[in-house]
Amino acid sequence: MAKRIDVSGLSAYYGSHKAIDDISMTVEPRSVTAFIGPSGCGKSTFLRTLNRMHEVTPGGRVEGKVLLDDENLYGAGVDPVAVRRTVGMVFQRPNPFPTMSIFDNVAAGLRLNGSYRKSALNDIVEKSLRGANLWNEVKDRLNKPGSGLSGGQQQRLCIARAIAVEPDVLLMDEPCSALDPISTLAIEDLVGELKERFTIVIVTHNMQQAARVSDRTAFFNLAAVGKPGKLIEIDETERIFSNPSVQATEDYISGRFG
Amino acid sequence: MSHATTVRDIPTPAPAAPKPGLSSRSLPRLAPLGFAVAAIVLGVGLGLAAGWQSRVQWGLISALFFLVISYVTTSVVENRRQARDRLATSLVWVCFLLAVVPLASLLWTTVSRGSERLDGYFLTHSMAGVLGPEASGGVYHALIGTLEQVGIATLISAPLGLLTAVYLVEYGKGALARAVTFFVDVMTGIPSIVAGLFILSIMLIAGLEPSGLMGALALSILMIPVVVRSTEEMLKLVPNELREASLALGIPKWRTILKVVLPTAIGGIATGVMLAVARIAGETAPIILLVFGSQLINTNPFEGAQSSLPFYIYEQYKIGEAASYDRAWAAALVLIAFVMILNLVARGIARWKAPKAGR
Repeated sequence: MAKRIDVSGLSAYYGSHKAIDDISMTVEPRSVTAFIGPSGCGKSTFLRTLNRMHEVTPGGRVEGKVLLDDENLYGAGVDPVAVRRTVGMVFQRPNPFPTMSIFDNVAAGLRLNGSYRKSALNDIVEKSLRGANLWNEVKDRLNKPGSGLSGGQQQRLCIARAIAVEPDVLLMDEPCSALDPISTLAIEDLVGELKERFTIVIVTHNMQQAARVSDRTAFFNLAAVGKPGKLIEIDETERIFSNPSVQATEDYISGRFG
Repeated sequence: MSHATTVRDIPTPAPAAPKPGLSSRSLPRLAPLGFAVAAIVLGVGLGLAAGWQSRVQWGLISALFFLVISYVTTSVVENRRQARDRLATSLVWVCFLLAVVPLASLLWTTVSRGSERLDGYFLTHSMAGVLGPEASGGVYHALIGTLEQVGIATLISAPLGLLTAVYLVEYGKGALARAVTFFVDVMTGIPSIVAGLFILSIMLIAGLEPSGLMGALALSILMIPVVVRSTEEMLKLVPNELREASLALGIPKWRTILKVVLPTAIGGIATGVMLAVARIAGETAPIILLVFGSQLINTNPFEGAQSSLPFYIYEQYKIGEAASYDRAWAAALVLIAFVMILNLVARGIARWKAPKAGR
């Protein structure tokens, strides 16, 4: 299931503004890769290019290649909708659909794609909610609106919704930044479990979190405000946090940045 | 004596003006009511003394007195800041009353005069064979006309307006979207008589006869821009995060709009459509031009003249008899009730469909 991502020479633009410049990296399957770096350095933009969500933004444009197990996501004739079914995404702020119940939220991806067997739906929803460590908390109120859950529960509901469509890769854009430490811990534990089945990429501002959950860490930086963001280095998380090969990485991690 | 005191005070530097405590003299909570009563007494007294006839004049003088009394009293008893605060509050109240008084008066007059004639008979009979001065006849044919014309206009305008708004919010960019927005804005300002004349010219070119449908077409010209505008605002209120969440699940854009965006906004959209219906239900000009008016029951909106409530009111008023005035008032009451019921329905839908946050 889990797939390898090979990025080469990728640049992304907002209109005429270049947001990230010439990024190449490999994301290993069945592992967690963390993106760290200062605000505005293009981590989230880069993440969104990995499932073609960047072009949803007005003026969004991408150059370069993203290979998902040898298939170029930006190749001619590739359907962005099909890409997004393969590469799921969890956002910074929990965003369950307010008109739908907890059950319908999890089932939304399958139902609205029209690709499911009715009889299997209950099982898939239960499996996804269990996968997101939420089943025990919501099993008695599956028909209640998803927006009635707490923030941490909502975020786990969004993760359940994302894994219900069985993607190969799961992108997480600062999934814990709106949550308290206990909910954060729950999500971090969950990430550790999910990497058995998915390739996970997580953007975070919390360096302890990157150190805790990730196998590999990529550090992004930008030369100055208004300049495009660049990938400074990517390595084993242990190396990045103990003995990075670039001085800028060490400065950022040890707080001597800028 | 005082001299000695002054001398003694010199060595110690004069302490800065003592900080006022947190509590100070204040007017009782019901003071504004007192001001209002005093202002009204003064206003009425002045009006009587000067022999002014107009009650409106009395009211305006009283309002002015109210503002002055509350400002002056407060600045004397409390302080300048409180006085300005009181003045602003009083102004808000006065403006609110000035806005509400005509509305309440209109409603009161319509209800009291309209209820004289309004009964089951009035609602279920037409004006067939009724002469102007006779105190019989009813509004049935006009009610049917209004319901059908407004219904057809809504059937045309709601989908057109909804889809236009979806285009503008979800797809439109560049010159075309700007042009559509511009023309929608222009259409909002089209006087109803112009919309009527436009359909009339088409009717004459195509050799069509007056009918309810023609009126409905003119009404939908008036209704579409209102629906587009309100729906557009409602769709813009749907958080972008929901669209992104749906797209990121691999749901195509059209299904995202249909299953996520529209259901989230449906309450507001329904309210907007109902308000647009309320707006066109009172239009007279296109009906005079295109539906022609009739005293008879014609349930077929596609053929022959019909009546409608606003047209009926106009027609009865023109007759100029006591009985016809009564009918006009009763019909006005029916029209207001119709619009009010629609509004209540819209609110009901909005509440029923609004995203629930219950646990």
